[in-house]
Amino acid sequence: MIPPAFDYAAPTSLPEALALLGQNPDAKVLAGGHSLIPAMKFRMATPALLVDINRIDGLAYLREDGGWLKIGAMTREADLDGSDLVRARYPLLADTARMIADPLVRNLATIGGNLAHADPANDHPATMLAYRAQIMALGPGGERVIPIGEFFTGPFTTALQPTEILTEIRIPARQPGDGGCYLKLERKVGDYATAAVAVQVNVDAAGVCTAAGVALTNLGLTPIQCGAAEAALKGRPLDDGAIKTAARLAGEAAEPIGDYRGSEDYKRSLVRTLTTRALRTALERAKA
Amino acid sequence: MSTHHIQLTVNGQVRAADVPARLLLVHLIRDNFDLTGTHIGCDTTSCGACTVLLNGKPVKACTVLAVQADGADVLTVEGLEQGGQLHPVQEGFTAKHGLQCGFCTPGMMLTAVALLRANPDPTEDEIRWGISGNLCRCTGYMNIVKAIQYAAEKLQVQEAQPA
Ligand SMILES: Cc1cc2nc3c(=O)[nH]c(=O)nc-3n(C[C@H](O)[C@H](O)[C@H](O)COP(=O)(O)OP(=O)(O)OC[C@H]3O[C@@H](n4cnc5c(N)ncnc54)[C@H](O)[C@@H]3O)c2cc1C
Ligand code: FES
Ligand code: FES
Repeated sequence: MIPPAFDYAAPTSLPEALALLGQNPDAKVLAGGHSLIPAMKFRMATPALLVDINRIDGLAYLREDGGWLKIGAMTREADLDGSDLVRARYPLLADTARMIADPLVRNLATIGGNLAHADPANDHPATMLAYRAQIMALGPGGERVIPIGEFFTGPFTTALQPTEILTEIRIPARQPGDGGCYLKLERKVGDYATAAVAVQVNVDAAGVCTAAGVALTNLGLTPIQCGAAEAALKGRPLDDGAIKTAARLAGEAAEPIGDYRGSEDYKRSLVRTLTTRALRTALERAKA
Repeated sequence: MSTHHIQLTVNGQVRAADVPARLLLVHLIRDNFDLTGTHIGCDTTSCGACTVLLNGKPVKACTVLAVQADGADVLTVEGLEQGGQLHPVQEGFTAKHGLQCGFCTPGMMLTAVALLRANPDPTEDEIRWGISGNLCRCTGYMNIVKAIQYAAEKLQVQEAQPA
């Protein structure tokens, strides 16, 4: 399959890229291309112009700075997976990157593209909701911060304007007592989640949960943040009882549809099991 | 549609072409350069039959635009043999019967080459994880794993020998 005809430009600076997007209402950013090119082959996307941002220097990085882990939008999944910093301090992110697609896809797929694409089956969105991340967007009017809770506005739609480029993702820097985990059930390597759960907690010296993020992948039209489950964890000791309650509430927050990956009931039951296991692992990691 | 003049290195040789924006890298390699060892299986980014090394990294050439490879270094299966000598990975696939129909083999071997460059002494699990983006419908993978283990040993012996 060959995509329908389009024009292509490979700017080498952000201002050039923004100008191209501003002048062409039917333009699209090309990052790793591993959602966009398949969509174009299937005629699900028909941009008139692709603005390839792969030749712009300085968009791929990982650094802790000013209370944040800052991740350049063009950072590839393979580089997240291979990062010692991510493995040691951001296990929820490390788990997520490792479960995305397959090793070949991970060599090109970017974290910025994964979030901007906003496929409810994409894995980073739930992880970023659990982390309470921020999205940095650069547009004709300058840079703005989009809190992750306001980013996903619908299936395949985000708060980004067509004239904006997602430049950076910010995750709160690891604090003592932080622990996280991503658990995904997939039918085979390279498949999207049948169900997946992202959790990020902070536990103080007394074992009390001081902060909690719980979010779900591919269990609704957008990634789902489980506010009730989070509330049930916060301010309580992270014991079996609290975990069980949170898992039940996460199951209730899911909005699965029955499909070839499983029935609605099966997926809800998976959410409870995955939430329980992810919270236990997150707790172990928080104490380590 | 825009057309672009591109220049890239394929198997050590500098090549140029004028390509329409929508031409896929796999078609550039097969149709323009007549290197048909790079296969097209699924055409939907799922199987890895089209795997080539792009700047040293294995990628699915059915999901990269030819124009994106401007200035890049590309290695295809035809570039593995050097001076009539099979690459140790190719030798491994022969010695250990790592193929049956051979359709997945070029992609599988290129992924193996990149894997062994990054991790010269992989465990069986690391090999299976490393090739998990390349599908084989015939072998059941057992002999592919053995072929890669064979190549790992051979490369380590070569490495240890003074040149
Ligand atoms: C076989 C296969 C399996 C996969 N499995 C998984 C999986 O299990 N989990 C998962 O999460 N994903 C999976 N993916 C998707 C993969 O991670 C994609 O690469 C990702 O969704 C998009 O990232 P990209 O860099 O390829 O973006 P592209 O495909 O280049 O772009 C996707 C969309 O985002 C926009 N965009 C990209 N970057 C920016 C930016 N910086 N600013 C503004 N807009 C931007 C583009 O315009 C486009 O609309 C899979 C893909 C394949 C092919
Ligand atoms: S042909 Fe490219 S992945 Fe199958
Ligand atoms: S040998 Fe036939 S697909 Fe692998």
